[in-house]
Amino acid sequence: MTATQSKYETVIGLEVHVELHTRTKIFCGCSTSFGAPPNTHTCPVCLGHPGVLPVLNRQAVEYAMKAAMALNCEIATDAKFDRKNYFYPDSPKAYQISQYDQPIGQNGWIDIEVNGETKRIGITRVHLEEDAGKLTHVDGGMASLVDFNRVGTPLIEIVSEPDIRSPEEARLYLEKLRAIMLYCEVSDVKMEEGSLRCDANISLRPYGQEKFGTRTELKNMNSFRSVQRGLEYEQWRQADILDSGGEVVQETRRYDDESGKTFPMRGKEESHDYRYFPDPDLVRLHIDDEWKARVRASIPELPDSRKARYVKDYGLPSYDAEVITASKQLADFFEDSLNYTKDAKAVANWIMGDLLGYLNANNLEFSQVKVTGRGLGEMIGLIEKGTISGKIAKTVFREMLETGKSPQSIVEEKGLVQINDEGAIKAVVEKVVANNPQSVADFKAGKEKAIGFLVGQVMKETKGKANPGLVNKLIVDAINSL
Amino acid sequence: MSISIQDVEHVAKLARLELRQEEKETFTGQLNAILKYMDKLNELDTSNVQPTSHVLPLVNVMREDEPHESLPIEKVMLNAPDEEDGQFRVPAVIE
Amino acid sequence: MSLFDLKLQDIHNRLTNKELSVSDLVDASLARIQAVDDKVGAFLRVDEEGARAAARRLDDKLASGEERGLLFGLPAGIKDNIVTEGLITTCASKLLANYVPIYDATVMKKLKAAESVTIGKLNMDEFAMGGSNENSAFQLTRNPWNTEHVPGGSSGGSAAAVAAGEVYFALGSDTGGSIRQPAAYCGVVGLKPTYGLVSRYGLVAFASSLDQIGPLTKNVEDAAYVLQSIAGYDRFDSTSANVDIPDYVSALTGDVKGLKIGVPKEYMGEGIDPAVKEAVLNALKTFESLGATWEEISMPHTEYAIAAYYIIASSEASSNLARFDGIRYGVRSPNAGNLLEVFEKSRSEGFGPEVKRRIMLGTYALSSGYYDAYYLKAQKVRTLVKQDFDRAFEQYDVIIGPTAPTPAFRIGSKIHDPLTMYLNDICTIPVNLAGVPAISVPCGQADGLPIGLQIIGKAFDESTVLRVAHAFEQSTEYHKLRPSL
Repeated sequence: MTATQSKYETVIGLEVHVELHTRTKIFCGCSTSFGAPPNTHTCPVCLGHPGVLPVLNRQAVEYAMKAAMALNCEIATDAKFDRKNYFYPDSPKAYQISQYDQPIGQNGWIDIEVNGETKRIGITRVHLEEDAGKLTHVDGGMASLVDFNRVGTPLIEIVSEPDIRSPEEARLYLEKLRAIMLYCEVSDVKMEEGSLRCDANISLRPYGQEKFGTRTELKNMNSFRSVQRGLEYEQWRQADILDSGGEVVQETRRYDDESGKTFPMRGKEESHDYRYFPDPDLVRLHIDDEWKARVRASIPELPDSRKARYVKDYGLPSYDAEVITASKQLADFFEDSLNYTKDAKAVANWIMGDLLGYLNANNLEFSQVKVTGRGLGEMIGLIEKGTISGKIAKTVFREMLETGKSPQSIVEEKGLVQINDEGAIKAVVEKVVANNPQSVADFKAGKEKAIGFLVGQVMKETKGKANPGLVNKLIVDAINSL
Repeated sequence: MSISIQDVEHVAKLARLELRQEEKETFTGQLNAILKYMDKLNELDTSNVQPTSHVLPLVNVMREDEPHESLPIEKVMLNAPDEEDGQFRVPAVIE
Repeated sequence: MSLFDLKLQDIHNRLTNKELSVSDLVDASLARIQAVDDKVGAFLRVDEEGARAAARRLDDKLASGEERGLLFGLPAGIKDNIVTEGLITTCASKLLANYVPIYDATVMKKLKAAESVTIGKLNMDEFAMGGSNENSAFQLTRNPWNTEHVPGGSSGGSAAAVAAGEVYFALGSDTGGSIRQPAAYCGVVGLKPTYGLVSRYGLVAFASSLDQIGPLTKNVEDAAYVLQSIAGYDRFDSTSANVDIPDYVSALTGDVKGLKIGVPKEYMGEGIDPAVKEAVLNALKTFESLGATWEEISMPHTEYAIAAYYIIASSEASSNLARFDGIRYGVRSPNAGNLLEVFEKSRSEGFGPEVKRRIMLGTYALSSGYYDAYYLKAQKVRTLVKQDFDRAFEQYDVIIGPTAPTPAFRIGSKIHDPLTMYLNDICTIPVNLAGVPAISVPCGQADGLPIGLQIIGKAFDESTVLRVAHAFEQSTEYHKLRPSL
């Protein structure tokens, strides 16, 4: 595989659908909330009954504008909606209202960080459209049941340029895209719930060749990981075909998560002719500068800008800044902490180590833990002041994650205040020194390490509360004075 | 432009119409006559004419993002040709 | 004289004086339908129970002396492409033979507010495609003036029901002349309002950018009352115009002094029956005698309007009618095994030949490679047709001509030649492309069949259209003629 990788350049373009989290559907007032009993969020309009007409949801338009702006797109001044005609049981009107030649946004980009370098991935277009219903297969695949709750949920389709050169870049692109959507608060972008969906086009070409190879389209990738794995498999499969002198067939392939392989999709061979035309039931959109400015003003500082600021202002390593800014909540938390401590690097370390470690180990979202930025900032302050040791802080922090209590109250409740009283520590030190002559001898003989054992013993005796610096100093004093 | 019986078959497929042989033949003849008449439009130079998709100069007709009541399930299913557990039942998608 | 020959105001007075009840009106309507509809065939469905219940409710209200709606107690027939909650609505198509609407069209809500009584649903050409009612999947409607002739279409049932005295008024829809042409053929008044004046919500779409609902009545004043009741902005229709609705009835002053009339030579040329032409010229003389002036004008793009119209309307229809797929409502073919067959067999068995023909034409016009040559080109020509009107209305208050080139033709005489049938719409189609209002009023007869005069106005200037039509009506007797059935 490494051999083939060096022979061919991989070219990937992604089509991502993001559900906008408006309260109501794009063309009627039915709720968009997830998980209701089938067909209970429907009305004559979204069921496509005879005689109904669509009326556009303003919030959907503004979310689409906001997302397109955050993706650095040019925003259309004149846009319109078109009908995309095709028959399918999940499409009640037998056409989808979409945008064909005048999308909301065009010519944008996303920057990703690949091997320490910034790479720009172009975005061809961002357009607004409606989602379809959901089919469930029953009777061993002999029949399907149709639920129209999801139909009419507003979607934006984000089409990338074929600028992505590896499955890993594809994953990084998606992660950044997801972060931007979360920052803008236009979608909850959960791939498992289908609020972010991704199709990929992938082709290979010999290095140096300008012309693109024949591409395949991959569908059914339900997580970021499966996007990367599906593309890796397809990259390998195509290279294998090319190596053996074969030709890649242009087709749509389905990714199977269990086997990690891709398979051709049946029944999709019929050529599509969507017969797009402007929807005569809707009027044009005219987006003037004032409207654009108003929406633009609602966009918060985006991850790239925050990342740059963290590197510049706080001296964070680029990697740390990238990790922290991947989530708006996390970045807000980081900044909040810095209102209570000046040590940005310490905050970053606590976030990347203890906080993210805890979330990973317990499979939690950041929103599910109770710790506040103020809590972390104050806890670092307690360490700086010597009130608690770094080791005790780990216990305190865990308690903060679980209860949301302030570090002071945890320290007080549990009696975790660091012992800085020299006299008290000295008594313990003298006892430990007296009981461990071998270690004392080793230290005297030049084995610096031996002191570690002695410090450990003191800490054990004081239940970890003794100030470790002080313990160290008092042990050395005690030995020297022997 | 003239259309062949193959064109008629293709268009029927797109429109999900199943035509009998004689219907295909009739439509081929009739559509050709109609399209021949439509060619009249080519007498007009429209290179500098904007298309009219709407006679009213309306833009930005929108509603606020406020929910309305959805239908009770009995109404949703009132006309369903085939139903199962509050969903519309259809034969398998793959033929 | 029938009850329905009374003016609205007379009925109102008689109701007030307890000389008449709503039940009397509804009984009269139901009795008349019982007596003549076997011959006319206007009704697809009569909602006797619903109408009688509504009549009782309104009679109770009458007794209480509460304020009454504008159309209080008046029996109405509704074209079967306007959805009526709980009352089967078929669009005269087998595919919707069993369709029970789950909501009311906006115009039905407005009629309920105006307190008219819905008697039943009226026949039409299937999905409003046709000009003779011969394309109904269920029955023929016959012209009350001569039952060997068509009533016109697509709102043929609406025009015939009013002409036959079965209802006080009817609602129809007009995409390329479907209110005005049957009104002309049946000798009644038919008004197509400005596009956007009456909500389309609940009108089963044929061609969304052209469709409008409007009234068919025995006289112009009634048309003004019905329009008053159904016009107005609707937030459920994005193409609804947010304009102030004037008092249409008070606009009927009878005064047309100084009115400037344009008469397009293209509406009076080849293919126009001499009797029709003569009737129009006589009407113009009437206007002159009332102090108006007229001049011949040119609307040079008229001859292209039909081609543009049939491309635009069929294209929109091919998409609008795609939802009839046998999945959520309508008749699913019992012969369908797999999903593709559900689509193909339900649609092929459910749609009649004219509907299929237009779906085929529209699908072709929108298909890959042909969009620019047909649909886009047609929309550009639409612009030119509209500009003809804009220019004419810079100089003239109204445009007048015939509604249809001939009186009603014989049943079966044109049905086998779709193109000839299409060419029959030459005088009405340009109006829909331009979106302006127009009315047809009776202006003569030939061989016992009525002739219609078309009066076209500026966008949203229904007041002038109604005023001019009313002034003409007041000076003539044609609207008082009744067929003998």
